[in-house]
Amino acid sequence: MREIFLYLLIIGAGTGGELCVARAMKVVGEVKDFRPSALLRLVPRVLRVPWIWVGLTLMGTAFFSLLAVLSMENVSLVVPVTALSYAAGALGGKFFLREQVTPRRWAGVLLVCVGVALVVVGRR
Amino acid sequence: MKPSARLHFKTYLLISLMVIFGPLGNVLLGKGMKRIGPASTETLAQALDLLSRVLTSGTIWLGIGSLITFFVAYMLVLSWADYSYVQPASAAAYGMVALLAHFLLREVVTPTRWIGVMVICLGVLVVGYTPPRTTEPR
Repeated sequence: MREIFLYLLIIGAGTGGELCVARAMKVVGEVKDFRPSALLRLVPRVLRVPWIWVGLTLMGTAFFSLLAVLSMENVSLVVPVTALSYAAGALGGKFFLREQVTPRRWAGVLLVCVGVALVVVGRR
Repeated sequence: MKPSARLHFKTYLLISLMVIFGPLGNVLLGKGMKRIGPASTETLAQALDLLSRVLTSGTIWLGIGSLITFFVAYMLVLSWADYSYVQPASAAAYGMVALLAHFLLREVVTPTRWIGVMVICLGVLVVGYTPPRTTEPR
């Protein structure tokens, strides 16, 4: 039960964090200048967007949840299960970022879910 | 070396770094946390003790270093290569994790689990070969 809660945190907080970071970067606008000095000037602009702080907090939560679950379960189970974040990402992209998720992308997400189910069922 | 050949070389090099260091980081975190033992955080003292053991584990720091290497390679390659070109490479990472867990951590990966990992790789590849941008730039 506790492990399921931790998986939900890894997938939910991890994907939520990435979506918030993606949203923050869309507020900042497309990065066109990749010179180190330009990237350094970008940092304060990024940090002024509240979404980045929500995103970083969520990603930190996901990282420590990953550490906790790795103390209990095998890497060969944990990492494939976290692939469910592709499903969470597609849902989040559709409803949070208003992206159009194509049928092909949904098909990929479905394959990921089937694969995760096989990995979970494939315990000894 | 021609500019296009150089671009290909550095793209393949960085994607190889991603596929090696991302899974390696996870495997090292797994090894470090297994050594620390099941995480118990019922009291504040237990949580602080766990945190101190995590932060003083060399294996965990090697894992964090590997994940940072992965992340830097990922950001660098995205500065010139398309996301839709780079993202499918992350599919290989799931296979690599299973291989590393099997050979480095001696975890038993059952045939069903190998098939599951391959289906996940296929799913990630299918997700990757979809248009990377479906919204209008603001």
